[in-house]
Amino acid sequence: MLAKRIIPCLDVKDGRVVKGVQFVGLRDAGDPVEAARRYDEAGADEITFLDITASHEKRGTLLDMVRAAADQIFVPLTVGGGVGSERDIEALLDAGADKIAINTAAVREPELVERAAARWGAQAIVVAIDARRVGTDEPSPTMGAPPGEPGSAPKPPRWTVVTHGGRRETGLDVVAWSKRITELGAGEILLTSMDRDGTKAGYDLALTRAVADAVRVPVIASGGVGTLAHLYEGLVEGGADAALCASIFHDGTYSVAEAKAYLAGRGVPVRLGEPRRGGS
Amino acid sequence: MARIVVVDLGMGNLRSVERAITRAAEDRGVASEVVRSGRAEDVLGADKIVVPGQGAFRDCAAALAGELGEALREAIRRGKPYLGICLGLQALFASSEEAPGAAGLGVFRGAVRRLDPGAGADAVKIPHIGWNRLEMTRTPEGALGAWGAEAPHVYFVHSYHAVPEDPSIVVATVTHGPNVVTAAVARDNVTAVQFHPEKSQGAGLVLLGAFVAA
Repeated sequence: MLAKRIIPCLDVKDGRVVKGVQFVGLRDAGDPVEAARRYDEAGADEITFLDITASHEKRGTLLDMVRAAADQIFVPLTVGGGVGSERDIEALLDAGADKIAINTAAVREPELVERAAARWGAQAIVVAIDARRVGTDEPSPTMGAPPGEPGSAPKPPRWTVVTHGGRRETGLDVVAWSKRITELGAGEILLTSMDRDGTKAGYDLALTRAVADAVRVPVIASGGVGTLAHLYEGLVEGGADAALCASIFHDGTYSVAEAKAYLAGRGVPVRLGEPRRGGS
Repeated sequence: MARIVVVDLGMGNLRSVERAITRAAEDRGVASEVVRSGRAEDVLGADKIVVPGQGAFRDCAAALAGELGEALREAIRRGKPYLGICLGLQALFASSEEAPGAAGLGVFRGAVRRLDPGAGADAVKIPHIGWNRLEMTRTPEGALGAWGAEAPHVYFVHSYHAVPEDPSIVVATVTHGPNVVTAAVARDNVTAVQFHPEKSQGAGLVLLGAFVAA
C-alpha cells in the first residue's frame, strides 16, 4: 500500500531560507542546501523548494541551489515559484529537480501545463493552487424558513483560485480548476489554503476533501499545520496523499520521525526509517 | 576499476542516477568510473550497464531502434550485468500499451500495461507516485538480495508496469488498489526495477551499492 508522504517545504528568497531551520548542529540556519540534506537524512519523503525571489536576474542563484541540493539528496525534489515558461521548467529539470510546481502561469496559460506534461511527463508537472474560501459552512440565512425546511440546508463551501501570493482573484472555482488542469496533464495538485496558511489552525479539511475527491491524481495538502493531529486530519479526513509542512519542522517543534511515528500509531501508512542495527 | 555505463536514451536528466551510483560505490568502498553514453561501442565496452529512463515508451523505443538497442541485447547475451530502472525495466519487454506498435528490446516475453485506477473503495490515483513497501515474491539473488529480511519502502513514479509471461522472473511486487504491480524482475545477469533507487534514500543506495560491488 502506498505510504502517505511527509514533505518539508523550504521557502527560499535570493538563495536563502526565509525562515531559519532549527536543526541540532546546523551551522547555517539559512542555507537551503544544508537544510535539504538534513531533511533527507531525517527521513523526509520528498523535499520542496518554493522560490519567492522577486527579481528575475537572481534566478541563476536558484539554479545553483537546486544543482547543489540535487547532488546531495536522494529523495525527490520539487521546485516551484515564478515558473513561467518551458525554458524555466527545462532549466530546473536540468539542474536536478524531479518535479516542477507551476502556479500563476498555469492560470495565465493552461496550455503550458498541457505542453509540459506532454514533453516531460505528467509525473514531473505539479500544479500549485492557492485557494481562498468564498462560501460558508453555516446554514444560509434564508428568511422565514423554519429549521428543518429545505431552505435552511447548509450551503456547501466554495473556494476561489487566487494568484500572486493571494493578492489577485481569478474568479476560478478551485474544484473545477483542479479537474480541468489535471485533465490537461498536471500529475499532482499542491493545494494551499490561503485562509489557513500561517495560522497553525489546521488544514482546511473541506477544501482538501473536495479536491481530493474531484481529481484522479495525488493531492498534497498545504497551509495551516500546527500539530501532529492536523497532519492526521489532512491525510485521513481530508483524503490528501501527502502533507506539505514548513514551520512545525523548521521551528524544531517536531521532527519528521516524530510526525511519522505519530501517524503510524494512528494507523496511517507511512514510511518509517530503516531500523538501526544492534539494539535500541 | 569497474567501468559503469549509464545508458543515455536521450530522455531527460541522468544526473541523479549518476550521482547515486557514485555515492553508493563510495559507500561500499568500490573503485568505479561512471560514464554516461548513448553509443553502442561504450555499451559493449562497459563492465556493467545501467539503463535509467523516465518519460514515454515511444521515445524509448525510438532510441533503441538502431544499433544502441542491438548493443544492449548483445551485452545482455554476453552476460554483462544490466540494471534497468523504470523505463529501463519496461524496455526489456517487447511492447507497451502506452505506444502500440513501438518495439522494446524483447529480452523478456510479456507486455507493459496501464495501471488500473479501480473503482469505488478500491479506487487509487494514477500515476502511482510515492513510497510503497516491496513484497518479495521469491528469495532474491544478486543485488535485490541486499536488503536482508525486511523489504523496504521504495519510491515509484509511473502509470504503466510490465506484466511478464513468465511469472518466475518477478522478484518483488507492490499493491496499488486493484493492481499487483511488478516492482522488480531478475534473470541471470539482468536485474530491473520499476521504482527509482536514486530517489529511494538508503534503500536505493543499498541496492545500487550491491549492483556495483557484485
